[in-house]
Amino acid sequence: MSEIHLQIDGKEVVASEGMTILDAAKTVGIAIPTLCHHEKLEPYGGCRICTVEVEVRGWPKLVAGCIYPVEKDLVVRTRSEKVDKIRKVLLEEMLAHAPDAEELQALAKEYGADRDRFEKEPSFCIHCGLCVRYCAEIKKKHAVGFVDRGSNREISFIPEIASKECWDCKECFPLCPTSALQAAYVLAESLIPQPDAEVSSCSCSCSCSGKSGTGE
Amino acid sequence: MDIAKIDQIIENHNGEESSLIQILLDIQSEYHWLPKEALARVGERLQVPMSRIQQIASFYKAFSLVPKGRHEVHVCVGTACHVRGAQRVLDTVQDITGIGPGETDAELKFSVETVNCLGCCALGPVMEVDGKHHGNIAPSQIASVLNNCE
Repeated sequence: MSEIHLQIDGKEVVASEGMTILDAAKTVGIAIPTLCHHEKLEPYGGCRICTVEVEVRGWPKLVAGCIYPVEKDLVVRTRSEKVDKIRKVLLEEMLAHAPDAEELQALAKEYGADRDRFEKEPSFCIHCGLCVRYCAEIKKKHAVGFVDRGSNREISFIPEIASKECWDCKECFPLCPTSALQAAYVLAESLIPQPDAEVSSCSCSCSCSGKSGTGE
Repeated sequence: MDIAKIDQIIENHNGEESSLIQILLDIQSEYHWLPKEALARVGERLQVPMSRIQQIASFYKAFSLVPKGRHEVHVCVGTACHVRGAQRVLDTVQDITGIGPGETDAELKFSVETVNCLGCCALGPVMEVDGKHHGNIAPSQIASVLNNCE
C-alpha cells in the first residue's frame, strides 16, 4: 500500500491509502470529536461534528473528517474559527433534542455551545444512526430502522423482529449518545404481539396496534 | 389481499432487490396502499429486511401505509391556484366528501390531499381526480365531478 504524506494541524503525517482524515489524525494523537462514528461500523458522516477544514490545491473547504479519504499533500486544520463555530451550532441544535445527554454536554463545554439557544424539542434522538447501523451491520438483525423523513424522521423498532431478537441482545443500548433508543424500545415492547392475545383488528402496516387506520 | 397477485408483481420485476421501489409502487397502484402482508411477502421474496422497507415506504409520499380511497382527489394550493381561489375549492371538496386534506372517508371512496403545484398554473385553480386534471374549476362544478365517481 502506498504511503500518503499530509499535514494535520501543522504536523507531518504519513498515512496509507484508504484511511480517512479521522484515522490519520488518530495515529499522531490529534483528537477529532465524533458522535456517529464507531470503529466496527462503516463510516457514516451523519452528525458532522467531525467537520474539519481541508486545503486542496490552496482552496479551503469544510469536510466530514470521518469519511473524507486522505490525499497527497492535503492540509488539514482540525480546529479553526470556522470549524469551531460549525461544531458549536451543531451542538446547540442537537441539544435542542437531547438537552441532558452527557456526551453532548461535554462537547458543549469545550465549544461554548449554549444549550438553550434553540427552542427545546426533546425527541432525545440526534439521528447518529449508531443503533440502526449496529443492528444491520454487526448483528444483521435489522430490528431497528429509521422511519419518515426530514424533521419527522425517527428511529423505530420493528415489533415483530424486536420481539424475537432484542430481549437477550440490547447491545445497541450503550451505543446511544442520548437515551432515545431505550425509550423507543419500551414503546415497541408494548406493540409486540403476545401469542395468546387477541389478533388486532386493524390490518394497516403502520404499527398502530389496532387503532383506526383511516380518517386520521 | 391476494398473495398470488403480489407474487406476480414481484415476478414482473424478476424478484430483484434493486427493483424494490418499483415493486412497492406497483403494489401501491394496485391496492392504493401497502398492506402489511404484502410488505412481509416482498421482504421475504427479495431478501430485504423489514426495517428497510418501512424506511422506504415511510420516506416517499407516493406510498401509504394506511388504506386509501378508490378515488384520489388532489387540490392544488400552490401560489397561483391559491390566488385564484384554491381555498374555496378545498372548502367545497371538504363539504362534499366530509373529509379534509390527508384523510380518507370511512367507505374508502375518497382520499383528499393538497398538493403544492401541479405544473399548470395557467389553469388554476386546479383539482386532480384520479390523475385527470380539472382546470379553472368553479366551486359549483366540483359536485358534478365528484358525484361522477363511483
